[in-house]
Amino acid sequence: MPKTYERREFLADLAKIPCATLLLGVTGPLQALASEGGDYDPTEHYYAMGIQLDKCIGCGKCVQACKTENDVPEEPFYFRTWVERYIIYADGEVRVDSPEGGIKSFPPLEEEKQILRTFFVPKLCNHCDHPPCVQVCPVGATFKSQDGVVLVDSDYCIGCRYCIQACPYGARYLDPRSKTADKCTFCYHRITKGLLPACVEVCPTQARIFGELGKLSTPLNRMMRTSNIQVLKPHMNTEPKVFYSELDGEVR
Amino acid sequence: MCDSGGALRTRKIPVQVIQLGVVFLFLGVGMFLLRQRFVPESFGDLGHYRANAVGAVAAHPIQYAGWQVCADCHTDEVETKKRSYHRTLSCEVCHGAAWAHANEETDETPPLPTQRSLCLQCHSYLPSRPTGFPQIVEERHEPAKLCHTCHNPHDPAPSETPESCSACHAAIVRVKAVSHHAPLDCQVCHETPAQHSVLPRSNLPRKPFEREFCGKCHAKGAKPPNVVRGVDLREYDIRRIDLDTHGGTLVCWQCHYQHSPEAR
Repeated sequence: MPKTYERREFLADLAKIPCATLLLGVTGPLQALASEGGDYDPTEHYYAMGIQLDKCIGCGKCVQACKTENDVPEEPFYFRTWVERYIIYADGEVRVDSPEGGIKSFPPLEEEKQILRTFFVPKLCNHCDHPPCVQVCPVGATFKSQDGVVLVDSDYCIGCRYCIQACPYGARYLDPRSKTADKCTFCYHRITKGLLPACVEVCPTQARIFGELGKLSTPLNRMMRTSNIQVLKPHMNTEPKVFYSELDGEVR
Repeated sequence: MCDSGGALRTRKIPVQVIQLGVVFLFLGVGMFLLRQRFVPESFGDLGHYRANAVGAVAAHPIQYAGWQVCADCHTDEVETKKRSYHRTLSCEVCHGAAWAHANEETDETPPLPTQRSLCLQCHSYLPSRPTGFPQIVEERHEPAKLCHTCHNPHDPAPSETPESCSACHAAIVRVKAVSHHAPLDCQVCHETPAQHSVLPRSNLPRKPFEREFCGKCHAKGAKPPNVVRGVDLREYDIRRIDLDTHGGTLVCWQCHYQHSPEAR
């Protein structure tokens, strides 16, 4: 005679289900918190950066600080942030240069042609809300963290370079030492400890403003309210989180 | 229906199905073991990535300490800098990354840079820099003299007594100093009452308000005085235009900024 399932037993099992789900729901985030270390809660932050182009003097201090802070190779083709100089001539021609990423500032302009306007544009990873680099990664080695920063897991990256090709902003490079993709992390190791990213820390004119989205009364929020805000390549639908003020229409 | 169901239950399972079941069981167990072996720990906890990687990125060593840490010990320098034109600069802009100096036992102190090249990285004249930002042409500005002989880096305003106009209109004077109008004294265009420095608002200097004023030097055939307030204008190749045809009904300053005229 097969064992019958008593009504009492059934109800007891039914009560176990919510308990088990609750337990799983609690331990998941707890594990994540333990891996972060300290009392930093990534779900309470959502980082972004503002860049005021009318303040950038093209001194290249940010490029140098980024290389020092993040141990980026010294060769002039590896940059997590770099500065471009746009020169727009009276005849409509546009020239962009960035000698060694602008790390030692820029040489004087010795132009025969009449210049209409010229300015500097600092660039870095835009930490897109819809990052194309994350979509193409075949192994899940690059990802958007809970606080909105796009990171690379260098222990898990296989160095296939799909992400480098997929980034519309050219913000990624292959580290020649580890043969893995690398990029700006908003200085994740600093911001999680309450410090500013190195490029923001050293910017002498405060052209770069670091902050969070959705927080009131912050320098970033003030800048976004009072300036004409643009992002790079909005038609790509990547929803960048690096916001430029007074961005010229010629900037790509 | 009930009868056929009962018949199905008692029917013997074919040997092929059992063999196939064993194969699938092995495949299933194999897949499970392989997955255990190859899917890294914490993968998928927060999304399609290793949750532990976040901690690994956050564990990167810090190099830049931040100016608040410097202010704990170097109060005098920070206090001076706070009131100067360099108030927005972090200490590590010039002195380099100093986390080790601030947080670890080390004999190394951050460098005291004295070369001109460090200051020129920000202050050499580049047309791409924002208007009003203080810039110098290296060859013409006290060549080969070290910057800190005249400027205190923590309070870089020139140590001399300010000239009458630049005391208040420093931004304009700086822009003009590197423009084609550099040799012209402010008084050439702005006739200034003596009381302006005492009661500026009620004693406003004169501003040119007609095209003919600029035409005194720039009109075709105009004969500016050879020497204006100590500057020999014969040395300069003054740009000439025809006042009747140039610019239509516009006045000069609708297109040209007088303190930095772009026309060659």
